[in-house]
Amino acid sequence: MNAIPAAASDEHGAPQRGGAVRAVFHGVATAMFTLAGLLVVTFGLSRLSPVDPTLQMLGDHASNSAYAEMRRTLGLDAPWPVQFERYVGRLVHGDWGISSSTGERVGDDLRRVFPATLELATLAMALCTLVGLPLAVLAAWRPRGVLDAGVRIVSLAGNSVPIYWLGLLALYLFYAHWRWLAGPGRLDDAFEYTIDLHTGSVLLDTWRSRIPGAFANALSHLLLPVLLLGAYALGNVTRLTRAALLAESAKEYVTLARAKGASDLRVLLGHVLPNAAGIIVTVLALAYANLLEGAVLIETVFAWPGLGRYLTTALFAADTPAILGGTLAIGLCFVLLNAVTDLVVRLLDPRTR
Amino acid sequence: MSRSPFLRRWRHSATAVIGTSVIGFVLIIALAAPWIARYDPLHQDVGHRLEAATLQHPLGTDGLGRDLLSRLMYGARSTLGLAGLVVALMVPTGLCIGLVSGYYGGLIERALMGITNITMALPQLVLALAFVGLLGPGLLNAALALVLTGWPAYARLARAETATLRRSDYVAAAEMQGIVGPRLLWGHLLPACLPAMQVRLALDLASVILAAAALGFLGLGVKPPTPEWGMMIAEGSKVVFDQWWIAAVPGVAILLVSLAFNLLADGLRDITDPRHA
Repeated sequence: MNAIPAAASDEHGAPQRGGAVRAVFHGVATAMFTLAGLLVVTFGLSRLSPVDPTLQMLGDHASNSAYAEMRRTLGLDAPWPVQFERYVGRLVHGDWGISSSTGERVGDDLRRVFPATLELATLAMALCTLVGLPLAVLAAWRPRGVLDAGVRIVSLAGNSVPIYWLGLLALYLFYAHWRWLAGPGRLDDAFEYTIDLHTGSVLLDTWRSRIPGAFANALSHLLLPVLLLGAYALGNVTRLTRAALLAESAKEYVTLARAKGASDLRVLLGHVLPNAAGIIVTVLALAYANLLEGAVLIETVFAWPGLGRYLTTALFAADTPAILGGTLAIGLCFVLLNAVTDLVVRLLDPRTR
Repeated sequence: MSRSPFLRRWRHSATAVIGTSVIGFVLIIALAAPWIARYDPLHQDVGHRLEAATLQHPLGTDGLGRDLLSRLMYGARSTLGLAGLVVALMVPTGLCIGLVSGYYGGLIERALMGITNITMALPQLVLALAFVGLLGPGLLNAALALVLTGWPAYARLARAETATLRRSDYVAAAEMQGIVGPRLLWGHLLPACLPAMQVRLALDLASVILAAAALGFLGLGVKPPTPEWGMMIAEGSKVVFDQWWIAAVPGVAILLVSLAFNLLADGLRDITDPRHA
């Protein structure tokens, strides 16, 4: 779905002069507000849950006095604002609760699984940027051309296809049927226990291990999910970048550059592209956020041991601390991504310098 | 009817016509499912499980020997029903917030739009997953989960429209006649906001269908055995290496309906906004 980063949607109007410091301040304030909103939502979700944490600790047969005692110990008898304050305090001190399915601290679990998702989403993002931006320039160069029509179709398809379904079919074709690529997981079983995954990036770790075939195996496992996620984001990146380029092309300075005899492509690359850079950064950030969410679905299909799979496993096990922790982790990524985008967009704009 | 300029332009937009036709077709199938489906979608015939397409079962049978075509037809009810429920809850919520903040302005506007912007910056699908995961699966919970983070787009649209209309002559005329407050909001400003929303709505329906199916795929949509397309993909995924079509067929249905809404949105944008045509 369309999660639009605040940077994309903020109606700042004209940026004030000499406001680099002010821009940073504004960005931090926005991020703090969003963070607060996120915490309120996760806190609300934890309180909405029909599972009574007191009964969960004690079992159904607890006496009334034991129940009341435990409620006090858990702090559930306090008013909501106090509970919220304690909740935030615990999070800040790194206490994200204990996952009931892994038996470990949720914070540790998240640190373990997050690099896998980060690697997947970042590679997909790199792919979609490297392919999407040149495609967008070409589509904007000859609007209504064959390439432009192709971009439109790809973006329509990308916005309509259930990505987990596509992953499933790709897995069937390339892994089970044709046997071209490796299947689910990050590595084959043969490498699974010989590779020490200590940077968290499977490509880096297999490269450093120098075990023959390990890197190729990791690449073969990565290829399908990365291609799928990249293609999923490609459509939107290309379409929105093209729209930004065309909107910028309609301005008067472009007409002037053309009148002075600059070629179409030169105007596009030399004048229009730099001026649309802010919007393009926002588009890419939006795509990255969508990729993180798409990774949640793709990971369940490819048994990719990342944040998404952790979250869905927790959902099946009704593991409340893990569900909330995973949600919060992805939410934090969104907040961070928004803040960085906001900052970059402001710094790219010469009027704020 | 055909004199209406909107309908005339609609007929000239190929994408809008294709989108509307597909949606209409699926809607008819969903409504007529009890009469056109040959089998009870819940009827299990374990003797004929995992069959490929035959004359008796045009799309084959699933792991419990249920007829896939019949399940697909009934599944359209769950998917479209959920999407309808989401729209019925999401649009009014967003409209109310947008109208009130656009009309009253000031502190109310800043507070409401602050909440709107914050909600917009949250991960929609993941929050929906957490919501349904914690409150339990089911049609209503799935719909609420998608509404929870889906309304801000409508609030922003409604606020922008209202803020512009607020200074228009006809609102001033209405106010001079003593029409103020809720009556002005609902009777005079609300109808003017609706046209701006149709493109957004069609676009959103495409993504709501996808999100609803994703919830179903993760076992968080309607409760089994009620057929639902996302859930049917999940059921088919267990046998995808041997009977790939069981997972493929419901995915095609999701793709078609979502694509139809996207095409409709595309067409509507061309019709309502001549700058894009």
